[in-house]
This record gives sequence, structure tokens and C-alpha cells, in this order.
Amino acid sequence: MTKVSMTVNGRAVSGDVEDRTLLVSFLRETLGLTGTHVGCDTTQCGACVVHMDGKPVKACTVLTGQAEGAEITTIEGLAKGDELHPMQAAFREHHGLQCGFCTPGMIMMGVDIVRRHGASLDEKTIRHELEGNICRCTGYHNIVKAIQAVAEGSEVAEAAE
Amino acid sequence: MGAEGFGARVLRKEDKRFITGRGRYTDDIELKDMTHGVFVRSPHAHAKVRSIDTSAAEKMPGVVGVLTGHDLAADKIGGLICGWMIHSRDGSPMKMGAHPALAADTVRYVGDAVAIVVAETRDQARDAAEAVEVDYEELPAVTDPAKATAAGAPQIHPEAEGNLIYDWTIGDEAATEGQFANAAHVTKIDLVNNRLVPNAMEPRAAIGSYDQAEEHFTLYNTTQNPHVARLVLSAFVGMAPEHKLRVVAPDVGGGFGSKIFIYPEETACLWASRKVGGRPVKWVADRTEAFLTDAHGRDHVTHAEVAFDADNRVLGLRVKTIANLGAYMSTFSSSVPTYLYATLLSGQYAIPQIFAEVQAVYTNTSPVDAYRGAGRPEATFVVERLMETAARELGVDPAELRRKNFVRAFPHQTPVIMAYDAGDYDASLDAALKAADYAGFPARRAEAESRGKKRGIGLSCYIEACGIAPSQAVGSLGAGVGLWESAEVRVNPVGTIEVLTGTHSHGQSHETTFAQIINERFGVPTDTVSIVHGDTDKVQFGMGTYGSRSAAVGLSAVFKALDKVEAKAKKLAAHLMEAAEGDIVLEDGSFKVAGTDRALAFHEVALAAYTAHNLPEGMEPGLKETSFYDPTNFTFPAGSYVCEVEIDPDTGVTEIVQFVAADDFGRIINPMIVEGQVHGGLAQGIGQALLEGCVYDHESGQLVTASFMDYCMPRADDLPSFNVMTTETVCPGNPLGVKGCGEAGAIGSPPALINALTDAIGRNDLAMPATPQRVWAALRSSSAAAA
Amino acid sequence: MYATTYHKASSLDDAVAKLGGAEDGKFLSGGQTLLATMKQRLAAPTDLVDLTKIPELKGITLDGDTVTVGAASTHYEVHSSDAVKSAIPALAALAGLIGDPAVRNMGTMGGSVANNDPAADYPAALVGLNATVHTNKRALSADDFFTGMFETALEEDEVIVKISFPAPEKAGYEKFRNPASRYAMCGVMAVKLKDGSVRVAVTGAGSDGVFRVPEMEQALAANWSPDAVASITVSPDDMIGDLHGSPEYRAHLVTVMAKRAVAAAG
Repeated sequence: MTKVSMTVNGRAVSGDVEDRTLLVSFLRETLGLTGTHVGCDTTQCGACVVHMDGKPVKACTVLTGQAEGAEITTIEGLAKGDELHPMQAAFREHHGLQCGFCTPGMIMMGVDIVRRHGASLDEKTIRHELEGNICRCTGYHNIVKAIQAVAEGSEVAEAAE
Repeated sequence: MGAEGFGARVLRKEDKRFITGRGRYTDDIELKDMTHGVFVRSPHAHAKVRSIDTSAAEKMPGVVGVLTGHDLAADKIGGLICGWMIHSRDGSPMKMGAHPALAADTVRYVGDAVAIVVAETRDQARDAAEAVEVDYEELPAVTDPAKATAAGAPQIHPEAEGNLIYDWTIGDEAATEGQFANAAHVTKIDLVNNRLVPNAMEPRAAIGSYDQAEEHFTLYNTTQNPHVARLVLSAFVGMAPEHKLRVVAPDVGGGFGSKIFIYPEETACLWASRKVGGRPVKWVADRTEAFLTDAHGRDHVTHAEVAFDADNRVLGLRVKTIANLGAYMSTFSSSVPTYLYATLLSGQYAIPQIFAEVQAVYTNTSPVDAYRGAGRPEATFVVERLMETAARELGVDPAELRRKNFVRAFPHQTPVIMAYDAGDYDASLDAALKAADYAGFPARRAEAESRGKKRGIGLSCYIEACGIAPSQAVGSLGAGVGLWESAEVRVNPVGTIEVLTGTHSHGQSHETTFAQIINERFGVPTDTVSIVHGDTDKVQFGMGTYGSRSAAVGLSAVFKALDKVEAKAKKLAAHLMEAAEGDIVLEDGSFKVAGTDRALAFHEVALAAYTAHNLPEGMEPGLKETSFYDPTNFTFPAGSYVCEVEIDPDTGVTEIVQFVAADDFGRIINPMIVEGQVHGGLAQGIGQALLEGCVYDHESGQLVTASFMDYCMPRADDLPSFNVMTTETVCPGNPLGVKGCGEAGAIGSPPALINALTDAIGRNDLAMPATPQRVWAALRSSSAAAA
Repeated sequence: MYATTYHKASSLDDAVAKLGGAEDGKFLSGGQTLLATMKQRLAAPTDLVDLTKIPELKGITLDGDTVTVGAASTHYEVHSSDAVKSAIPALAALAGLIGDPAVRNMGTMGGSVANNDPAADYPAALVGLNATVHTNKRALSADDFFTGMFETALEEDEVIVKISFPAPEKAGYEKFRNPASRYAMCGVMAVKLKDGSVRVAVTGAGSDGVFRVPEMEQALAANWSPDAVASITVSPDDMIGDLHGSPEYRAHLVTVMAKRAVAAAG
């Protein structure tokens, strides 16, 4: 067992875990943050995407030790109190989720896609950027629309600043 | 009535917990003193189990118990069953082999469980599972359904000689032969409906928990139908009587049929909890385990022929299908290639005679059962590939050949049981052709050719039967259960409403659409309504969600209960306002005396029902009503799909340039949710046609496609944006006029894709999934033949 | 995953020492292949020595005509590096095709190169661009570094420190993805170096890992155009065959992707 410490959703946390413990297990089992999901064994489905030091990673393929000292944001840390993050609100507004299982990873990835591409995002780019996130319910149609809407909104937000 | 009622795009009530990471799926549940179960599974497709040595595993760190099939048998835990009896053409009942939750003597597919290891942590259980020593004697295996009944094929169950489960027919053979004898043209086709893995994103999971003091079990389970699970676990497996077994389906991350069935793992977790002294036992499938052990879908081999008269009207259809049911008969497996398949072979067409033969066979593969559409995609694929092929052979427009044969008078009795109640197939075809600019296709094809691309267009006019059927009818066809639904409407003293339903949402949005119907009826806002489902302790009974039945059957039960609530509340309101009962109307959330300004708000009447200070003579206090609704018929959603593809001949890569879906689902409660259901269905149907294929190695019986590395799941960049629309004929069979929309996309889309692809490449023999390699090979062999 | 012990190396010497002290240790970089393999219990190192905090393995620089990429640079860092984008845009583009955005934030060039997966993209980049692999012991040409499927010239305790690339005159990479795994089923890097030499390197297709196509190189040296390679084929006998692509299909794709890579290079 090794003691690991990191910051999760703005809170300093630590725990004693086996070295083989994956970040996703640390979040779910040690910290009880069960919004991050596991949907495959092969680093492909993206249900486990969290942000590590501001960048999306697949928490199922990161050892807890690799995240030592990092700033982690999970789906539970995205909203500011009762105020949803625009990506969360857009997924609801555009019906970008059905069963909800892939949704946390999709939202975390969507936030990063818009962060990197901004208002220039087009549908083709969004679809390519979602290569590592699998949804079985929505056919992606409304997920793409939700992300696009946030990108377009970010243009409005930038213009207003 | 109600701004949030029929036709309103109400945003989903369930979303907030999912978008903030507060959903509660089975694996999210932590119980006190919980242990973790991992299964020891057969690496062989077929083998005798000579012995199992658990001694080393038992000594591993953290191990709480190691249990085998012999322990299960010693405790007299019964096997799993298939709940739909099919009789062969000779009248004999289907041949069902035993299916213990843990195999004791013989394993019959790769992944068949032989033991469960229970430990303090999942990693420890997995470490110890590898230390269980199983001595197998390998046996020859067969995985190809077309070879399963051949002489000399390995015998899989002693009960089913030659691996034949049943040899079933439907329709009038002699009359059909007579039609073919008079045909001016006969079109023939050989098809494989490729085997699929459902792959709901949440893997299956179960927590079994036994309370020693109460002798009571609780099962948390990824199930689409908790009450059916409880019934089977009580009545057949013999785990506990129903009042001693609670089944909870918390948030469930997609099902698509695969979570209907009662599997070995939930049985084993419940039993193991009792064996380890009542500590809860949690099992969660990893993805490869899901590939190996979730019930798969489809897997048909079919020869079909259609006869036309000289005027291109269909005279008859004959179909012969071999259906692979895998190594064991899953819960509803027998019904899928029979009553859910062959009864839909008439499609949207008036066909005087149909005869179909279906042989269901055992193979050394994972069990096969209902997967989104269940039988109806297979039927649609047969009918719509035949119609397109026939149009090409006859040299007529595929749309016009279909139109010529459409059913136009309703009700319409087909030769294969179904009585279509309502529809307007011209309307959906017209809408789809217009949206797709069908007339402009030749110009688009020419333009694509100038860029070196091959363009094709394909149609599919599907029909499906949803909601399943009257209980008496399905009973007469062999179903072991009735397919009615229950509902309870509880009006609270403050006027808020709880609706308890026996259906279950695992993505379908019941919490929203069901609340919309309360708004439609009573005018109360949807946020004063909550929908309760998925817990046998809360909901008395129900049949769950599959077959697009939740609205047509489940919501009809709610509707009936609302009738009773409304009747009682009106009577009370009339009494309170000293008016005649017949003068009371319910408008905008108030009971009004017609023609006056006298009114009582809904919540005021509710409160009066509970204070009971002033009730009419003989009225009981409270406001709560129950209904059990049994449908009078199936419902018949139908529609027309148009797919246009462009192929890169250098690589064989297909791009879907447009996909149009025009569906008739009857009345629509929430268009946003209906569109979402269609999108998802289309993605799965397109997945079947282009990407997904479950492959076994016929030599070794190993599953080759056992992870997302080899099984191609549709990604965002594989799919286009969809152009979906609806036409409407009201369903006369239920009080809401709804038909169901959950499966249509998966049913109608595969033939549209393959029809488009075969149009583009100019040859008809293209197997699903039509991968780039297959398309390229087909083009290459065409050009070789032309050279 | 089997039990393992995780170590962070603070320097190259520390990494070598920690690996030396392990019973059956492995170097860990981003882990996007190694951890995935360990999760499936297909690898069971007793110890993992994390190289990503070693200062020498960090950073991407452009010095004259040479781009140098620290081995622990992530695919995203390569993809978004101004140095790479300006000197070798084809390499930046290639890095943006590896895995998916989340994988690209963890996976590193050094890790990918050391693993030499026959379906990985970087081997084609290194061979095609005539890169040099610098380890804690020596410098190796890419041609000498990759020695076969999952095989490299690396010794047990040898650590890739950085990889240097000469900026080419032209370079293009075209990838045909495995539809399921999204790895390369055939990826071709076509390069014209500033000394006039031409290199065509293929990944994903060959049964012995990355390989060059001399006939294409000669044809392109004489005439740099897609047409020059359009009729040059490789033998299916040397290709991988699997569910997703037969040897014949892969051999065909080599020609098609080569044409497109040349076209992309301009």
C-alpha cells in the first residue's frame, strides 16, 4: 500500500492504495466519486474521462501513482454549485443523453474539445474528436449538436467580453 | 389539455443526476461488508469438466469463499429456463437442455461459468480465480449454425438430438406452393443476418445480499424487468419465494434487450451471499466478459423466395431460416426467430400466402436472444432485400414496386397471424422520398462518378409489431407470462402525484414522458409528478421494458388508473361544490362546475380526499388507484427509410451521404425523445450493416471479436447526422393512440444500407457487415469478372 | 492487473538503478499500451519505473533544420508543438491521428517507439523521416532501431531520451484505420529529404513491422508525384492478415495510401 495525494475537484485528498490501483478505482472506490464510469477494458470507450491538470485523460489507464500531486476534475466537480457548466446544460437542452452512462465522459471530453477549438468547431471536427468516446444510445446526433451549441455560445461569450 | 402534454418537447426530468455524475448504477452501490465475486470461466468451447480443485484459491489473500456447480446442485438451486414454449411442426415441444448457473460436468461455450470466487476486493477475487484449477477434457465444438445439425456434428445437449431445438413452421405450405406454381417471376435470395453483441455501455452487474435474520434476499441488478427476474428466480431457480426476494433495478445504463434475461451471475451472487454468511456479493462484468456472456443478437441463415404475377404483384413468399440460439436457451430466445420474426414477413405488403420454416439450433457459442428489434430486423432484412432485388430483376423502380404492393385497407389480416390495425404506408414513403430528393439521385450519381466515386441509393419500408400482445393471445402462442402492464397512481394530500409503473427506463425517458401524460390529463405541471419504477418492493408487479411496449402498454395502464382517479376526484369535487357530478370538468389543473365560476384546485380536492372531513356517502378516504392493462392487439409502427451512400473504390470505404427516416409511431408524446430513440436505433442498424460482426473461430470455438479492439462499435465519425421525421396514423388499439418508437431505427435501417451499397457497386451479394475490405473485394471481383 | 510496484524515476541513472533492482521491471512512460496490456493480465511486471518526470526526456525544440522531441513528450504535445508544426507538419498531423484526444494526453513518443507495435504510427514517421533515436547509451538511426514486430535494438536497461528529426523538404502521412481499434491498418509516410533522397515507410501492414518500399522511393526520386507510385505494389506474402484486412487488401492499401501521402505532401 502506498499513500497518494492529489487535488480532486478543488479538494486535497489522499488515500492508501495498492500500487496497481487505477485512477478510476481511486476516484470511485476510495473517494466515492462514482460519476466516472468504466465501460471497457481497452481504453476505448471514454466513460472514464476526467481532467488531469486541465487535460482529459482516461482514468481507467492511469495509475493512481501517476496522478500523484495532480489536479483532477471529475464530472462531479464541473458545475459551480447549482449552476451547471454550459456543456452540462447543453447536453440536457439538446437531449444528448439517454441512459446516462457514457455521459460524464462525453461531457468532460466535450469541454476539452470546445476549449481547444473554440467557436471554429464544425461537425466533422467534433465527430473526429469524439473518436475515443463511445455511446450506444444516442447515435451521437444530439451529442454533436450539444457540443456545437456550446462552441457557438463560446463565440457569443468571447464577443461579449 | 396541458402545455407539457402530447407533442411538447419537454426537457428530461432525469437528466440532472446524469449530467452531474449523480446517477446511481449497480456498480455505484456500496453495501456494508460487501465482498466481490469473480467467475471462473471456461476457456474451451466444449469440454467435460473432470474436476475442479479450489484448495489453492481458498488460501489466497482476501478469499471468503470459492463455490462450484457441485455446491450449487447440492443446495438444489435450479437451472435457468426459457419461458416461451415453441412446438415443432410434428407437434413435439422444443428440446430445452439444462442450464445450471454454474456448469458442473460440461461446459458448452467459451465463457461458461464453472465457479465463483468471493473475496474482499475485486482484484483479490480475480487473483484467486486464476488459482482455481479446472481439469477439462476438450470435446469437439460447432459454432456455425448451418453445420450444427449435420451428421457427425458434436452433440451439445443430450435433450436435443442433432442439436435441433425445434423445427417450426407458419403459414399454409400447400397454398404457398400453389402461388409459386402460377408465378410470372420468382426472385430468390440467400442471406446471413450477422450475429451482434448488444454492448450496452454499462456492463451487466449484480449485488446479491442475504439477510440471515429475515431469511430475505435483495438483488441489485442491471435488469430491464425486475419483476420478471424475481418471478424466474423464485418460481424456477427456487432461490426464495417472492415475498422473500426483492429485486432492485437502479439506474441502468442501456439494455437493448440484453438486460431482459435472467443470467447465471445474478443467481450465483444471491446464492453466494447466503453461502458466505450474508455478506453482500457484488459482481461487475468487464467488457470482455460482456462480450462472452451477454446474450447476443440475430445470427440467422436464410433462403427466401418471392413470387410475382405478370403485373408485379406479390403472390407469395417462402422462407427457410436456421436460427442460432447458442449453447443454452436464454429467457425468451425461442420466441425471437418464430413469433417475433416470421409473423412480420408480410412487411407492408398485401401477400396472399406466406410459408416460413425455422430451425433453431444449439451451437457452442454464447446464448442468443432478443436484441433491439428482436426478430423484426431479421424479417425486415429478408422482405426488403427481396423487394429491392426483385425490382432490379424486373427492371422497375424499387419505390414503385413497393407502392404497388402496399396494404391500403385496414384492418388487414396477413397470412402469418398479424392483423395490422392502422397505417398509411404511402404517406411515409412519400415523405421519405421527398426529403431525400429521390428524383434527383441520378444527377447526384453522375456527379459522384465524375469524381471517381460510386453512389447508390436504397430503400427500406419496414413494419414492426410492438407492445407485444393480449396476454391470452401470447399465451396461446407459448409465452410463459402474460404481457399486460400495471400502474398505480398515488395522489398525495398536497396534490403532487407519484406514478408507479411496472415498466423500466434504462434510457427511454419514462420519468419525463409519463409525467407528460399526467399533465395532459390533469393539467398539473410535470415537476409535481414523480415516476417510480425498478423496485419490486415499491411497484407491485410489471413486465418491464422491451419490445417498445412502455408507452403502448405501460402508459395505457397509467391512463386507465388516471381514469379512476379522475372519476373519484370529480365525484368528490361535485360533493364539495354541491354540484352535479356530470357538471364537473377538469381543466388546467382545476375541477370546475361547467358554466359557473365555481372551481376547486386539484390539490384542494386531493387534500379533501385525505382529510376525509367531508366525503360523499360511502366514499373511502384517499386518492390512489391501480390499473392492470392488457392490450387488445400488437401495435404496428411502420416507416420508410432512404439511405444514400458514396463509396471510395480505391479503399472500399463507404460514406453515408444522407439517411432519411420517415416513421409512423402514432401519436407522439415528446418529439425530442422520439427523435433520440430513432437516432439510436439507426446507429445500431447502421452498425449492423457496416461495422459490427460477432465472429467465432470455427475451428477452436473461440470468440475472435471479444473486445472493442476487434468488434467495431459505431463511433461519431462513422455516422452522419440523421434526417428524421414522422407521419401519423393514430393507433386504435390503446387509449393513447401510440405505437412505440424504440426499435424502429434498428429494424428499418440495415436493408436500406445494403440496398444502397449493392446499388452502388452493381452486385447483390454483399454480406453484413459491409466493411471496407468486403466492399473492396466485391468491387475487385466484379471488375475481374468484367475483364 | 496483477500486483506491481510503482516507482518514479528522478533521473536517467535513477531509472536504470530502479529497474536494475527489480525482479522483472519495466519502464513506464504514458502507459497507454503497457497499462492496457497489464489490465488484461497479459503482462505482469513486478515493478514499473515511471520515466516521465526525468528532465532530459521533456521538451520539443527546433534547432536549425533539426526537430528534437523529448521521449516523454505526449502525442498531444507533438501535435500542437509550433516547432513540429512549422518544420514537419506531417509529423504534427500524424501525432493527431494516434488514439484519441485523451490517449494523446498520456501516450508518449518514446513509449510508442520503444513498444514498436506493428500498427503504431510513429515507426513510419521515424523511418520515413530518417530520425535518430538517442538513448542513455548511444544514438541509433531509425532504420537500425526497429528490428521487427514489437522488437527494437533497445537493451534491457536502455532508455530513449529523445528523438531527432531532420526537417524534410516535403512529407505526407496517410493512415487507413482499423475500423474497430483505430490503429493503423496501413499507414504510409512519404518523405523527400532536403538532400534529395526519398523515403517511403509503411506501418500497420507488414508482418514484420515497419518497412520501406525501395521501388516507390526510386520512382519518387525520379518523379515526385502520386502517379509515380500508382502502379507499384508490394507482395501480399509479407502482409498481416486478420479479420479486418486480408494480406491482399493491406498490400493494395499500401499503394493507395502511398499515392495519397505523396499528394498530401504536395
